[in-house]
Amino acid sequence: MTPTLPVTITVNEKVYQRRVESRLLLSDFLRHELGLTGTHVGCEHGVCGACTILFDGESARSCLMFAVQADGHRITTVEGLASLDGAKEELHPIQQAFWEAHGLQCGYCTPGILMTLVPFLKQNPDPTDDEIRHALSGNLCRCTGYQHIVDAVKLAAEKMK
Amino acid sequence: MKPAPFEYHAPRSIEEALFILHNSAGDAKILAGGQSLVPAMNFRVVQPSALIDLNRLPELGYIREDGGHLRIGAMTRERYLEFDESIVKRTPLLHEAAPHIAHPQIRNRGTIGGSIVNADPAAELPVLMVASQARLKARSASGERWIEAKDFFVGMFTTALEPDEILVEIEISFMPERTGWSFLEVAPRAGDYAMMGVAALVTLDEVGKCQKATLVYLNAGDGPVEAKEAAQLFQGESLDDELIDSAAQLASAQEINPFGNIHASAEYQRHLANVLTKRAMKIAAMRAAEAQ
Repeated sequence: MTPTLPVTITVNEKVYQRRVESRLLLSDFLRHELGLTGTHVGCEHGVCGACTILFDGESARSCLMFAVQADGHRITTVEGLASLDGAKEELHPIQQAFWEAHGLQCGYCTPGILMTLVPFLKQNPDPTDDEIRHALSGNLCRCTGYQHIVDAVKLAAEKMK
Repeated sequence: MKPAPFEYHAPRSIEEALFILHNSAGDAKILAGGQSLVPAMNFRVVQPSALIDLNRLPELGYIREDGGHLRIGAMTRERYLEFDESIVKRTPLLHEAAPHIAHPQIRNRGTIGGSIVNADPAAELPVLMVASQARLKARSASGERWIEAKDFFVGMFTTALEPDEILVEIEISFMPERTGWSFLEVAPRAGDYAMMGVAALVTLDEVGKCQKATLVYLNAGDGPVEAKEAAQLFQGESLDDELIDSAAQLASAQEINPFGNIHASAEYQRHLANVLTKRAMKIAAMRAAEAQ
């Protein structure tokens, strides 16, 4: 039996304490230990971007990090985007824009794309098409051809002004 | 995909990291940004018995101006190359190359030192180190030494570091006066490994002739490949199109040694090198002239 290490990780403002094997990937920690299956796992070698999360507010691949490395850090996953207004769940403006502009088809890549866009639109509130496409270059979508995704990002930027 | 089990160390000082490395009989791996090591571990291509994680050592993350030099801590994230004012002002070549280094999510984690030590012939940072004549500071439990970038990359994924050494700092001189720069590459998709890439630097003398030119290529051999003979052609000359064409021809046909891969044959890589050399030299020459 491989020894485990204690970790305290804040995910979507909630503090979790667990014991993990050193080799446990952060993506698997989120999905299997915490049940936060919104973070998708595609290639597990850093190419597809489906597992993108926010690590201390910056986008990062959760498949290229071990859960022990997140000890003491703050993670945001796609589950942390929507907010509760009373009993009603309010989508994040980026999520709402993807809904309205048909920015997804099968949806597998969408959580990673949304997490990439949160810091991108914060740092770049009025992006050009070119900047949007560059920002999205680390996220693969095999359904849409990206056109509606780019439209959705532009709509999200409008909404967030 | 799951990495094989390993012992995890998170040292709180560089001395502690060096001590653990010294006692690990060469089988432990240093974990920097993990953006190349972790994929290799996920595939189980690499199965170290232990990882020494440097991410709890904030003292290794900095960009400082010191006299005429820039000092960069080995754990500085690649993302800083895009935004740091000292980088923009003092080594614009690094700034220009930054967006080509994988994707933003990777640059947020990937470290400058990690990419240098990984010594991937297709990576940007080793080429940038050689082109900017960087010096690299290695530390071990028994001392420290400086290694010139041109002596650091000894082969594919192989460096001059000893098994018990850790790269801790990168020293780069400020870009000299009357100098122009350019970094260009061609990749199948933005952020992917480039099929070919070149870093060019040109320094003019007071009358506008070339005092020094540098051309270094990525994915053109088993490490950063410097085209010294092509660069030598410019010495003391005016940078006209004819001379640039000859240098591009010499560099692409004779000085580089691309292997070819699934995206590009060796012949196509040489073609790209030829075209990119011309473009890069023209941009660098123009910028050098503007800086006159």
